[in-house]
Amino acid sequence: MRQLCYRIIILSLLLLPGRFAWAVERFPPPDFESGHQLPLTTTPAPRAMIYEYLDVAVLLAALSLAAYLVLKRRSRRAIFALMLFSLLYFGFWRKGCICPIGAVQNVTLAIFDSGYAIPVTVLLFFLLPLVFTLFFGRVFCAAVCPLGAIQDAVLVRPVRLPEWVDHVVGLLAYVYLGAALLFAATGSAFIICQYDPFVSFFRLTGGLNILILGGSLLLIGLFIGRPYCRFLCPYGVILRWFSRVSRLRVTITPNDCINCRLCEESCPFGAIQRPTTEYHIPPPDKERLSFVVLLVLLPVFMLLGGWSISKVNEPLARMHKTVRLAERVYLEENKQVSDTTDESDAFRTTGQPVEELYRQAQEIRRQYSWGGWLLGGFIGLVIGGKSLGLAVRRQRSSYEANPARCLACGRCYIYCPIERRKIAKNCE
Amino acid sequence: MTEDKKNLNRRNFLVNTLRGGCLLGAGGLVGVLARAAAGQKTVWQIDPYKCIACGNCATYCVLEESAVKCTHNFAMCGYCELCTGFFEPEPRALDSGAENQLCPTGAIKRRFVEDPYYEYTIDEELCIGCGKCVKGCNAFGNGSLFLQVRHDRCLNCNECAIAVACPSGAFTRVTADKPYLLKGTDKTA
Repeated sequence: MRQLCYRIIILSLLLLPGRFAWAVERFPPPDFESGHQLPLTTTPAPRAMIYEYLDVAVLLAALSLAAYLVLKRRSRRAIFALMLFSLLYFGFWRKGCICPIGAVQNVTLAIFDSGYAIPVTVLLFFLLPLVFTLFFGRVFCAAVCPLGAIQDAVLVRPVRLPEWVDHVVGLLAYVYLGAALLFAATGSAFIICQYDPFVSFFRLTGGLNILILGGSLLLIGLFIGRPYCRFLCPYGVILRWFSRVSRLRVTITPNDCINCRLCEESCPFGAIQRPTTEYHIPPPDKERLSFVVLLVLLPVFMLLGGWSISKVNEPLARMHKTVRLAERVYLEENKQVSDTTDESDAFRTTGQPVEELYRQAQEIRRQYSWGGWLLGGFIGLVIGGKSLGLAVRRQRSSYEANPARCLACGRCYIYCPIERRKIAKNCE
Repeated sequence: MTEDKKNLNRRNFLVNTLRGGCLLGAGGLVGVLARAAAGQKTVWQIDPYKCIACGNCATYCVLEESAVKCTHNFAMCGYCELCTGFFEPEPRALDSGAENQLCPTGAIKRRFVEDPYYEYTIDEELCIGCGKCVKGCNAFGNGSLFLQVRHDRCLNCNECAIAVACPSGAFTRVTADKPYLLKGTDKTA
């Protein structure tokens, strides 16, 4: 009993200074004589956890259905219907958050920042489409991704782009991915989310710049199929890699290709490759030589890329709040500017020493000097790899969907006469 | 033909190996992150002790009407007649005339309780989260008014647009079972 009393006294002694430290009671709360009851501060609860798991379940179901529709049922109409459902559910109902594209950054941040606890649902959102792509190709892009769906829905008059456009402009996505990973790993920003072009359509509200960006992408998307997916999507880059080694993938024809060329123009995304017999290819020894030359040049590309990006690592580091703040405070401390900003005012009220801030900023700059080399090396590797890929041409005897570029939308199925015959047979 | 078949097999072997590698990688990622992964989802919240009521919450939220609202901890409130969260500096009269009110939308309701005490409640339908009252209350009052992300409105964006714009780093991710950082009470009510 006595011990309990001691404990209570010690505990209250410990708590008291803490309480007085933060309470600014300039006017002590009144004791009401009329017996007035204090209203309670309301705290409306966030969306219940169970619904988060429901989202994951819907994602899993949609992916499974998409895989079935793309590979087994082979029905463009059904894929389109599922795509519209995903647009409504993940887009307009769930307002486009959380999406696997953005989850890339959460995963990166979780790897590099041990203080960040990644929610299980976000991790699943990142992983499920990847696993499905490994086995069934890019079925996520076809019918589950809301960003892809909104673009696919507005594609009314597809124009075929020359192949080099896909190769060259498509490199942007790699740069975007690399930059997004760098900014996420350093805890600077989630640029994929900040510049998500379609999320303001899903929310039916948003900043003007993003609305203009999204609007122009949709306008372009009337004629050029899915510009974001093909040229910008950073998650699409990972899916491209995974799709190359997928176990099953889209085949244009359900049987053997008869090279009738009917499907040639059907793909709005330029994913259908002609048989190599259709055009001139350089002789093998010449091809081999350019391959070797490019392979030797690959490290040069990487070093060059790393060197050039590391030259701009100081402006890059300004993506981080602390670096910006430190630079501002430095200017103010050295009387190079006369006024202060909200940020620097807020920093001074914390009472944190300036040297500590400078030290933190220096640490982040150091990370960026590493990161600049890595990002540049990655860009060099991608450019080198791309040229290597272009230097060697695989022999193809029939029309095939490029596994990396094919979005599994199913548009080409109906162009194949064998498919038509099969359908007609089934109808009989 | 045999050459062709051999080639195909080598290719298949490579593809299979790579796929296995990718799967292993994904599994490894899960393994690495398993410790870091929180069972809970996280939501955005404002630490009221870091908030400087700059007004960014009202304008930077992706919602037309910000998800951030003023919250009142009544137990901390002094029930002052001259409330510096309610009135303009040097008001003409201590009444609820619009010209005297600090709040641009008249979202604070003032009600007489007993002499000389008045109760101030926030009408969330009207509040835009500009934090003018918070600034006033912090400057001269008890600081019982503070801004909070209201989770019945918040979309829980992966990257909160206000958090990006917050000058004092007051926005943090908190776990969904303790979604508010209320002033006055235990910090994680």
